[in-house]
Amino acid sequence: MLLITCPWCGVREEHEFACGGEAHIVRPLDSHTLDDAEWADYVFMRRNPKGVQYERWVHNDGCRRWFNMARHTVSHEILAIYKVGEPKPEFEG
Amino acid sequence: MLDAHLRLSSLAHLGLAARSIEEAGDAGIALGEVPRRVALTLRGDGEDAAFLDAVGRALGTAPPLTANTVASLEDVVILWLGPDEWLVNAPAAREDALQALRSALGDLHHAVADVTESRTVLRLSGASARDLLAQGCSLDFHPSVFQPGMCAGSHLALTHVTIHQIAEDPVYEIHVHRSFADYLWRWLEAASEPYGLAVVTG
Amino acid sequence: MSGRLKSGGAIDRDEVLRFHFDDREYFGHPGDTLASALLANGVRLMGRSFKYHRPRGLLAAGAEEPNALVRLRSGRAAEPNLRATMVELYDGLVAESQNRWPTLRFDVGEVNSLFAPLFPAGFYYKTFMWPASAWKHYEWAIRRFAGLGRAPEPGDPDVYEHRHAHCDVLVIGGGPAGLAAARRATRAGARVILVDEGAAFGGSLRGNGQAIDDAPGLDWVADVVADIEAAADAVALPRTTAIGYHDHNYVTLLERVGDHLPRPESGQPRRRLWKVRARRVVLATGAIERPMVLADNDRPGVMLASAVQSYLNRQAVKVGERVAITTNNDSAYDVAVQLKAAGVAVPALIDLREEVAPALAERLAAQGIELLLARAVVQVHGKYGVKGVDVMRLAPDGERVSGEVRRLDCDALAMSGGWNPTVHLFSQSGGRLAFDETLGAFLPGTGGQPAAVVGAAAGRFDLAACLADGDAAGLAALEAAGITRKGRMPQGPAAEASTAGTPPRNLWQVPTGPGKAATAKRFVDLQNDVTASDLALAAREGYRSIEHVKRYTTTGMGTDQGKTSNVNALGIVAGTLGQEISAVGTTTFRPPYTPATFGAIAGRHTGLNLDPIRRTPMQAWHEAHGAVFEPVGQWLRPRYYPRAGEDMAAAVNREVKATRTSLGLLDATTLGKIDIQGQDAAEFLNRIYTNGWKRLGVGRCRYGLMLHEDGMVFDDGVTARLGENHFHMTTTSGNAGAVLSWLESWLQTEWPELRVYCNSVTEQSAVAGVSGPNARLLMESLGGDLDFSPEAFPFMTWQDGTLAGLPARVFRVSFTGELSYEINVAASLGTALWETLMRAGAAWDITPFGTEAMHVLRAEVGFIIVGQETDGTVTPIDLGLEAMVSGAKDFIGKRSLARADTARGNRRQLVGLLPEDPYLVVPEGAQIVERAGMAPPVPMIGHVTSSYFSPNLGQAFAMALVEGGGARHGETVQVCWDGRSAPAKLCPPKFLDPDGSRARA
Repeated sequence: MLLITCPWCGVREEHEFACGGEAHIVRPLDSHTLDDAEWADYVFMRRNPKGVQYERWVHNDGCRRWFNMARHTVSHEILAIYKVGEPKPEFEG
Repeated sequence: MLDAHLRLSSLAHLGLAARSIEEAGDAGIALGEVPRRVALTLRGDGEDAAFLDAVGRALGTAPPLTANTVASLEDVVILWLGPDEWLVNAPAAREDALQALRSALGDLHHAVADVTESRTVLRLSGASARDLLAQGCSLDFHPSVFQPGMCAGSHLALTHVTIHQIAEDPVYEIHVHRSFADYLWRWLEAASEPYGLAVVTG
Repeated sequence: MSGRLKSGGAIDRDEVLRFHFDDREYFGHPGDTLASALLANGVRLMGRSFKYHRPRGLLAAGAEEPNALVRLRSGRAAEPNLRATMVELYDGLVAESQNRWPTLRFDVGEVNSLFAPLFPAGFYYKTFMWPASAWKHYEWAIRRFAGLGRAPEPGDPDVYEHRHAHCDVLVIGGGPAGLAAARRATRAGARVILVDEGAAFGGSLRGNGQAIDDAPGLDWVADVVADIEAAADAVALPRTTAIGYHDHNYVTLLERVGDHLPRPESGQPRRRLWKVRARRVVLATGAIERPMVLADNDRPGVMLASAVQSYLNRQAVKVGERVAITTNNDSAYDVAVQLKAAGVAVPALIDLREEVAPALAERLAAQGIELLLARAVVQVHGKYGVKGVDVMRLAPDGERVSGEVRRLDCDALAMSGGWNPTVHLFSQSGGRLAFDETLGAFLPGTGGQPAAVVGAAAGRFDLAACLADGDAAGLAALEAAGITRKGRMPQGPAAEASTAGTPPRNLWQVPTGPGKAATAKRFVDLQNDVTASDLALAAREGYRSIEHVKRYTTTGMGTDQGKTSNVNALGIVAGTLGQEISAVGTTTFRPPYTPATFGAIAGRHTGLNLDPIRRTPMQAWHEAHGAVFEPVGQWLRPRYYPRAGEDMAAAVNREVKATRTSLGLLDATTLGKIDIQGQDAAEFLNRIYTNGWKRLGVGRCRYGLMLHEDGMVFDDGVTARLGENHFHMTTTSGNAGAVLSWLESWLQTEWPELRVYCNSVTEQSAVAGVSGPNARLLMESLGGDLDFSPEAFPFMTWQDGTLAGLPARVFRVSFTGELSYEINVAASLGTALWETLMRAGAAWDITPFGTEAMHVLRAEVGFIIVGQETDGTVTPIDLGLEAMVSGAKDFIGKRSLARADTARGNRRQLVGLLPEDPYLVVPEGAQIVERAGMAPPVPMIGHVTSSYFSPNLGQAFAMALVEGGGARHGETVQVCWDGRSAPAKLCPPKFLDPDGSRARA
């Protein structure tokens, strides 16, 4: 059970949130020009690192806002939480 | 004019009025359903001065910009739900509030939705109120953390609620979606058993 | 013989408690555990072992007990597998032993012992797993003779509570180190939670007589606990075990609120599960003594030295008249002296070590206790109780014993094989362990979470060091919590430091003696009957990973999770493999530290409160009118309304027929409703739905399909345009929340430039759906300001108005294929509307219908239900809804419809299905194959998604997804289920009114 600092509501229990998978995946605007493999890469392929993962979360029980989190998948240490549109912080590993 | 007796609250089937007493007495928990009040979901840009001004003109008070707080003027209360979302509460007689808001906001990017019927409000007080909440809610209600004038969306038992502390004693108002009200009431009633429950409505 | 001393102990001799164990009556006192009370009554035999059914008594006095598992209480309140050492005695307690038949003393299962050579490590895997198909036969017999307790009858009469808590410091363990930390933090005004698994605080101070601040240690304990209880923001919880240490300092505690009472106090739970978020955690969890691995070390009367001491000091129980002691370290010397002082004979203290500090030897000499150095116990005599032990000289390398066998008469053996710091919680927290060669134990190493490990849990056993450790941890916690010190800081507690001792001699198994001792069992894990030779065998058979050895031999499994056995097992495996223990490592420590019952985990989420039941405003009416309900999401919706004498089929047929021929009434409140506003609302819907929305006129409604980006149907529903920039979307009942989240995720993360707000208004309205050829007549009869003529109020439009005096919004949409109106009123007026419709509709015999009739009605006209005809693998094309898919714009999922796999022609496609037997309703989910009598393997070409009897068609019908089905209408396939099969003909998935004229009437 993570303890997550919502960028708006503050520190809350993980069960108030839902994880929306990997962050920073941009929807292609010109999808009709992509071949099947390129499109499948956007729809299906996700990183599964042992290390720092960038992921989207939403505070369902609170402000209903989506935000991004950098989380270490082994230690579950939350390295950063940042709002949608803010730059992605870089971490080693 | 609509016959008010046709309206049934979300807990009408429980017959709470018949169980209601005036004073909580020895009971550690006092709990009741608050009479119908106007509720509006208000959406808009909290960083837009024109939006804030317009709301202030319509309701007498601008929406709170600090997370988890409320702003109020007399009996109109605005609860912060998110950076672009508020819940406006007003007495049942203030059914004009919806139109007042819509008129004031005009062409500004906003949304107002009537949710008067969507939720009900339970009022919780008593010496054991914090203990009761701690059974089903992971928020920290310690007086150094959660105080009168604060509100928060969270879980209570297995349902979403917005909890608003309205007095030091403490007294809380628990906003719950109508269809979950029966579940939440029965859960609270069961969880009150260690402290004693007095039903106080009105 | 074990028994009670005349004086001493923390028991109340003035009060007598009566209890039963296996139908015999005994007596004990407050302060007793079931274990101590049985010992006081001379009872030593308390259980039978897991595999060999060997007689077993107590090994321990605490949570680590592997043997004495009992079933407490009876019937629905019964609870198996409780450790007698943790069961506090109360008047009227009823307990029985487990894993024996018919009685503990005469246990038929003991024949397993005769076949012991047949039960080596991995026996079950080797013998019963082949052939695999026979396992189900073996399993029944094995379970009967190898197992723990029986599950109780259903219907637990007790209640259980959950409780969230937040604190600055959570101190786990109420011994000297934990108390010192809690004291420091409490005095500074921090929010403190102190827990101890015992009935009282004090830990090792409970009975060892040590002094703190020049006063009896227990006085200091009482002062600290009183301070905590008096503080506003601190709480001290006895009988509370920290069972899990999870991420971000989230710790679960199991408080036994009512277990020490005949029944929980009125209104109080039996147990309370605490969910604590702590800024800092102080782990003062102490240490657990290790047994010695020696021949027949499982006989009743062979116990941990610390347990012998605990029973003596806490409950004034002597475990025997003559207690021999064997040790590899200094701690057992105190036990010898205390036993002697209590009048118990100690024939000898047998120490594996070559030499000890002169002061220790002198202490024994002063008491007249013989000290045998460099000796080991090589055999325990006696079956139901210890009768003596054989002692031999131990070679300096520890590999052999030699010389004469000396027999010592005794009726109990106290053993100390060293101490394991209780590092379970630290390990659960993510901390790494480091093996300490001197102590022969794993100590907390690096990593983990914001926590401090103090005292014996950190390998520091000296009282003064424990107190200093705890005090420092309390200070550090205050600093971390940002609590500034006010006024003069009190001194930390002080105790006399002990003199330096002699390190333990770590010998993971005592060498086998001659004769019978050479083949006797030397148990490592008593609960799972794992011996030293089982572990050596596993290593010889090629198991290298300790995790594999654990699973192959079962060592360290069971209710005690190897609390007394793990390090000995590691030592033996390491020795066999010729490796260091640090290289072998430990198995993973997982929560819970001690078992938690399902009741405690469920808390109050049981019975009707298992999951929320959502009610519509008309629910009470449905209940009063005998509706049979079914869950739809969290809603409980009327499935049908049986009249007297009707079964489900009769009721549903009547409801379907009435709606098709006259007038039906449905509670449609549960439909999800989302209010969508903003200048880009139409553009937003264009991107979300497969069809176009920009040209939909205000006042009109349109059906929409939503896809996920993979092209699969996700939700559907009718959306109405309320204004130029204002829409009212409906979703399926079970998907309302998911759809709103879906919309928000796109608005917030992908298209923040769109000026659109979405708000849930599902609960705002009660919705009554009137449906049937007489629906218009009913609406017109209600009175109001709306014109229901087809010209004024055409299909797929909506209007606001007043109906029978109620403000209403009416949507002319249809899910039944009949002329229909969905009337939305304020939720609080739902019952008023419903009753009005029932009264006014009586003229047309209005019939309330449930979800089952609704399903039949919509299937007759070929409407899909998302989640029934679709399962996340179905595209709009598969459903035959090509016309819904816009070619002119992009939308979520569009590109995926052109992927090679989604575009191929032989995908499973929606078809109608007419069984050849017109009265056969095939089961939903039944598989479809080409024809009967095919040789296996038979390819499955589809499955049934919906199946009903239609009273309008006079026959059974179904919908199905069949490979290439769109082009196979008229062909016959075979439907298969439960060993049966039946032929059915494929047809278009529309059975009535194919041109939809009835809904548009």
